[in-house]
Amino acid sequence: MRYMFKRSYDADINLFKHKAQMFWYLALLVLVVALPWLIDDFFIGEATNVLIWAIAGMGLMVLVGHTGQASLGHAAFMALGCYANVIMLQRGVPFVIAFPLAGLITGVVGAIITLPILRLQGIYLAIATLAISVLTEDFIIIAEPWTGGVSGLMAPAFDIFGISINRYVTPDLFYFLALGVALLVLGAYRNLLRAPLGRAFVALRDSEISAQAMGVNITKTKAISFGISCAIVGLAGALLGLYAGAFNHETFNIVLSIQLLLMIVIGGLGSIHGAFFGAIVIGFLPQFIAISRDVISESFGLGSVFIPGIESGIFAAILIGFILFEPSGIYGRWVKIRTYFELFPFYRKGMFKRQKSFLKTERMK
Amino acid sequence: MSLLTLENVTLTFGGVVAVDNVSFHVGEGEVFALVGPNGAGKSTIFNLISRFYNPVKGDIRFESNSILKRRADQIPTLGIARTFQNIELFEQSTVLQNLLVGRQIHARNGLFSQMIFSPSVRDEERRHRAVVEEVIDFLELQPYRDKYIAGLPYGVRKIVELGRALATEPKMLLLDEPASGLSVEETQDMIFWIEDIKKQMGITVLMVEHDMNLVSSVSDRVLALADGKELAIGTPKEVQSHPEVIAAYLGTSIAEEQ
Repeated sequence: MRYMFKRSYDADINLFKHKAQMFWYLALLVLVVALPWLIDDFFIGEATNVLIWAIAGMGLMVLVGHTGQASLGHAAFMALGCYANVIMLQRGVPFVIAFPLAGLITGVVGAIITLPILRLQGIYLAIATLAISVLTEDFIIIAEPWTGGVSGLMAPAFDIFGISINRYVTPDLFYFLALGVALLVLGAYRNLLRAPLGRAFVALRDSEISAQAMGVNITKTKAISFGISCAIVGLAGALLGLYAGAFNHETFNIVLSIQLLLMIVIGGLGSIHGAFFGAIVIGFLPQFIAISRDVISESFGLGSVFIPGIESGIFAAILIGFILFEPSGIYGRWVKIRTYFELFPFYRKGMFKRQKSFLKTERMK
Repeated sequence: MSLLTLENVTLTFGGVVAVDNVSFHVGEGEVFALVGPNGAGKSTIFNLISRFYNPVKGDIRFESNSILKRRADQIPTLGIARTFQNIELFEQSTVLQNLLVGRQIHARNGLFSQMIFSPSVRDEERRHRAVVEEVIDFLELQPYRDKYIAGLPYGVRKIVELGRALATEPKMLLLDEPASGLSVEETQDMIFWIEDIKKQMGITVLMVEHDMNLVSSVSDRVLALADGKELAIGTPKEVQSHPEVIAAYLGTSIAEEQ
């Protein structure tokens, strides 16, 4: 067990609680930076995919995990980021300008579009955002001169300060691009959480009425949360478009929205770790299924077997398992395991059991 | 000088008149208590002052300005902080984080500087923490600083909520039943704290309370309400011996009614 002796307020403000924690995160950083030299190009591509999922996951986590607002429409904002980025690239805007601008546009549009629906609560908000997702798909088809309609768009070649980056030609560089974006987003997210705005988000999630009584402007704070969330998801969408190479309205359908939401639930709501854990599960699951299918059919001599829908089935089973047995997700389980070893042998089973909460103030709205 | 003035405030929910033509004023540095049986409209008056409800009629003034044009989230910036009857804390956060939310109205940095956590944000965080530590010191919350609310006993939660209101550095505190659910000992502590809040910090207190022991030991003036109407106003002793107040609590005898 570790005892902390805090000598200044900075001990609670700093990013890392203690030296050992900083060491492990730096070790992890070294590992992910060295990854291209450790694994082959195919798996680097998969790792890039996981990073893109993780960025999108962080975007949704700001909104769902920390502000407590459900959204089933985030595929729409991924689409917006993706199309904005590619349309600008096609018209000769350099990547270093087009990419951040795509995120900014998505954030501003997201905040403005959601302003009128922010008064909705819970499931009604989810339905309204779902409607945005559905409408966007149709809008992409209608806006053919810009979006290429049903046939979609091809991501053009792009470069950063003269270094050309392509998923197939230079997979390592594309990996570093995704990693860089992920780290920037991660840094901004962590900073927000230890600043007043992050506390306002959590306050909104836990008790709207008392957040208001403490001077948090609910509509404004929700809109900011939506804006930040959409901006991050927009960046992820822009990366996804470049990664996929070609995309159309079907790339950003409702299934993507739902997958995003399920990803952060599996990872663990309310923690940044959860976005990454969820991304690893959702990013590697298709490969894992494909590889294990090959192994199984080879070892039993069945030839190539194809079961339609197996991916969704396994995914759904994992999700149901988590909701039933570990609602706090992979991160919640990890915290429990860590606490078990830290407190060994004093861990008790009921340690993380939620105490029955007391009556909430009679809701006034 | 009166800090808070209610003038002929009326609130109706459909046909029910929850607050009926209530007028009173709370002087600066005073401890003012609202008492009355359940459903008398005490908490409703709090929610009117917090701007969760709009009065049908009348005016509420704070420091001689009407607050009816303000939104609920602007009330704490005027210097009015409140607690809730059934505790509205942020349960998935620690005591420290809860108290820091009380500093929300004093946050000055923009979105971008918060994202990069600029030195001015860090400076501000240190100042917020210093204020919060003073509150922790005052309410003796040191053992609970890094504990999560979800795991704290009821009495401590009550005190954390008082601390969160104090962290906003208010001019006036609205305490909604500060002693409900507290043990005799904890109530005694609460009495001392309310006295210290008044004397040391110079904060005006308006409270709703059922515990007459607490009310008579700390409050300067008491307003008794029943069915949304004012019954009596005066010192705790005067109000307790007022015949109408006794009638409202204990009921009238049949002989008197006839």
